[in-house]
Amino acid sequence: MKKITTQIGVGAMLLFAMLLPHSLSAQTDIDALMMSKHEFCIGPMYSYSSWKNYWEGTRKRNNENLGTVSTKMLTVMGNYGITKKVSVLFSAPYVKTKASAGTLQGLDGIQDLSLFLKWRPFQTKLGNGKLSVLGIAGVSFPLSNYTPDYLPLSIGLHSKTALGRLMVDYKWSDFFATASATYLLRDNIKIDRESYYTTELHNTHEVEMPNATNYNFRAGFRNQRWIAEAVANIWTTLGGFDITRNNMPFPSNKMNATTIGANFKYVLPPLPQLSIVAGGNTTVAGRNVGQATTVYGSIFYILDFSRKSTSTAPTLKAN
Amino acid sequence: MKRIIFYFVIVFATATMTNIACNKDIEGRTDNIPALAPSNIDLNAGTWKPVLLTSPSEFAVAAPGAINTPDYIAQINEIKSWQANLTNDEKRIVQYWSAGAVLRWNEILRELVAKHNLPPYQNDDGTYPVPSASNPLAYPQFPFANPPYAARAYAYVAAAQYDALIAAWYYKTLYNRPAPYKVDSTLKVLIPKSDLPAYPSEDAVLAGVAAEMMKLLFPGDQEFIQQKAEEQKRARIIAGANVRSDIEAGEALGKAVAQKFVARARGDRAGAAVGNATLWKQLEDGCTEKGEIPWKSLETPKRPPMLPLFGKVKPFLFDSLTVITLRPGPPPSTSSEEMKAEVEAVYYQTSHPTREKMRIIDFWADGAGTYTPAGHWMSIAAEDFIRKNFSEVRWARNMALLAMAEMDAAIVCWDAKFAYFNPRPCQMNPNIKTLTGVPNFPSYISGHSTFSGAAATILGYIIPERAAAYDAMAEEAAKSRFYAGIHYEKSDCAVGLVVGKSVGDYAVKRAKSDGAE
Repeated sequence: MKKITTQIGVGAMLLFAMLLPHSLSAQTDIDALMMSKHEFCIGPMYSYSSWKNYWEGTRKRNNENLGTVSTKMLTVMGNYGITKKVSVLFSAPYVKTKASAGTLQGLDGIQDLSLFLKWRPFQTKLGNGKLSVLGIAGVSFPLSNYTPDYLPLSIGLHSKTALGRLMVDYKWSDFFATASATYLLRDNIKIDRESYYTTELHNTHEVEMPNATNYNFRAGFRNQRWIAEAVANIWTTLGGFDITRNNMPFPSNKMNATTIGANFKYVLPPLPQLSIVAGGNTTVAGRNVGQATTVYGSIFYILDFSRKSTSTAPTLKAN
Repeated sequence: MKRIIFYFVIVFATATMTNIACNKDIEGRTDNIPALAPSNIDLNAGTWKPVLLTSPSEFAVAAPGAINTPDYIAQINEIKSWQANLTNDEKRIVQYWSAGAVLRWNEILRELVAKHNLPPYQNDDGTYPVPSASNPLAYPQFPFANPPYAARAYAYVAAAQYDALIAAWYYKTLYNRPAPYKVDSTLKVLIPKSDLPAYPSEDAVLAGVAAEMMKLLFPGDQEFIQQKAEEQKRARIIAGANVRSDIEAGEALGKAVAQKFVARARGDRAGAAVGNATLWKQLEDGCTEKGEIPWKSLETPKRPPMLPLFGKVKPFLFDSLTVITLRPGPPPSTSSEEMKAEVEAVYYQTSHPTREKMRIIDFWADGAGTYTPAGHWMSIAAEDFIRKNFSEVRWARNMALLAMAEMDAAIVCWDAKFAYFNPRPCQMNPNIKTLTGVPNFPSYISGHSTFSGAAATILGYIIPERAAAYDAMAEEAAKSRFYAGIHYEKSDCAVGLVVGKSVGDYAVKRAKSDGAE
């Protein structure tokens, strides 16, 4: 009986994840993977994201004076296992934007540094599988003095952020499902203008940034060699205002996005320190955001700093 | 034990987040400024030279009732009954309006401009709808408060406020009715006391005149405007500054003066400034016949030029013939080496943007969804006027001088733009990518430069110790358009500043002879 319940449970979560819509690659702050103690995993990730249609408030439209807006990102990501239950992660992207039509110039630059502490305080056998609970705390801050007030072509929103995330992961045989809920705090930002209009006039260069939540569901196949997963992500801005008709976007808009996507990871058999990650997602619902489709790929290499280790095959613990 | 560790994680995460997300409350620069306490009440302002009124007594204000009548005492008691039970909201509106009503109405007007400064979205057939004053709430909402429209709106409201206050000061000194707190010393006073006679109330004059003017200019926002006017009148009674009859006489005077300006506005030719398809074609053909490359809209679909006949609007500081004499000579020919060099300079600029140039571009952009360049100069002026402790009537006079200079700068600038119909740099070289939106009208001369030259000139006259700073700001504003890749440096920006200064000189000339100095 217990066995059936578990199977149904996993099956239901998997189905749920397939129906819902996003996120980045494996082995990040948003998945349930932990590093082994004293292992350091690092790699570059390249992503390309573009949209032609966008939501002006709830109204979907295109803009012939922007054409297709694209964002290229090259990110350095790293993950270090302090213990087998605690790891720290970082990422820092270089971003380049472009509009295919109209006269507006794209921008480029180094965006924000993100730091995460990932902790798996609880893991137990449940049915034939294993249930893990993870807590993630993260902060991010801008690495350069880029302008946020040039949307949709600014490279970021220039806000300092902090997030707390609770994650539950269930693994049964080589199948898994992960769900997480995130609350993100965003600090006020400063823009170069002395005043701006939201739904009223503000005579200040400081902009209050609404907080946000993120729900992420992912499920699929996971073992020491392979990961194949479907991912759904729901980003909701708690507050903010809609872009008014035929206006430009503003950093404190109410930006919402629901995305669905898939990720694949492959660990090379002859060189188990090396893994290749690829994936993509597309926006299925949104508000004050572009209907973006994103593809990405990365290569990660694991360095083992544990002196006593004699293992020749360090791997991410696919619990 | 594991559970304890888990809770610790939660507490740690919460603490980190609380630390990062500091106090989010943002205070606007003028939100909590102190009450206006003028260093000079300008008691003689009834003799100053009005803009449109033939005399300060053109509109009659009846003599007030005596202060020892039961009616007046009942009005004092009305103040007392308000004050007996003040809500926080009532205290807030007293604090807000006490900072100065010319300031507050200018801020409200800037807010309405920013709200309405959005180009209409195209029709399905690629044409563009034109907002209609008779149906202001239907899309596209009326008005499209673009830079010329906004400059004109600021000028009408400011000039009407100035004339209405001259009339108010005239009757104040004529009837010399004291403020209620001078009659009844037991009255609480929530604002700085003044020796200025209270009848008619200058605040109610401003509420009446501003609300009437703004309902003409922003007919879809009448409820918002009226609510502000009611709030202001109530604030004065609550504060113990005026009795109801001061307010009623003031509001009636303000509305009467507004009618004179409304009549002028209806006949100043701004209503026809949009032009029509035949005119738009004529402008293009006329330029081609001269052997020049005509301006083309860089939007898709192509949008008709913004208010091509705004140069024909009736100015405040000079007559329409002077507009023609202020028109600068032609820009370099589109086929000349000089123009080629100008285009090349723009291309080089935009290919090498620095963060500091981006800051300058953003700071002065004042594009769609903002209160426009004229509004930016109003904001700069207002924050300096606050420090000068001007009386309300001097505030109104100085704002009117600035706003009329800005409107007339818009007229002269638009006259030049459509006389020459010169293309933008990125029309001449499509490889030029701009760092702000390209305005949808001809290049020569730069609007920002003209507005800024005019504003810096009159402001430098009003506050001489800031003259050099205003000039530097105007230079930077002009330069920002070159940095952004939307204007040529020598022809558009440099000539724009010179023409702007010439317009500003007319405001200075008026200031020297209006009796306020």
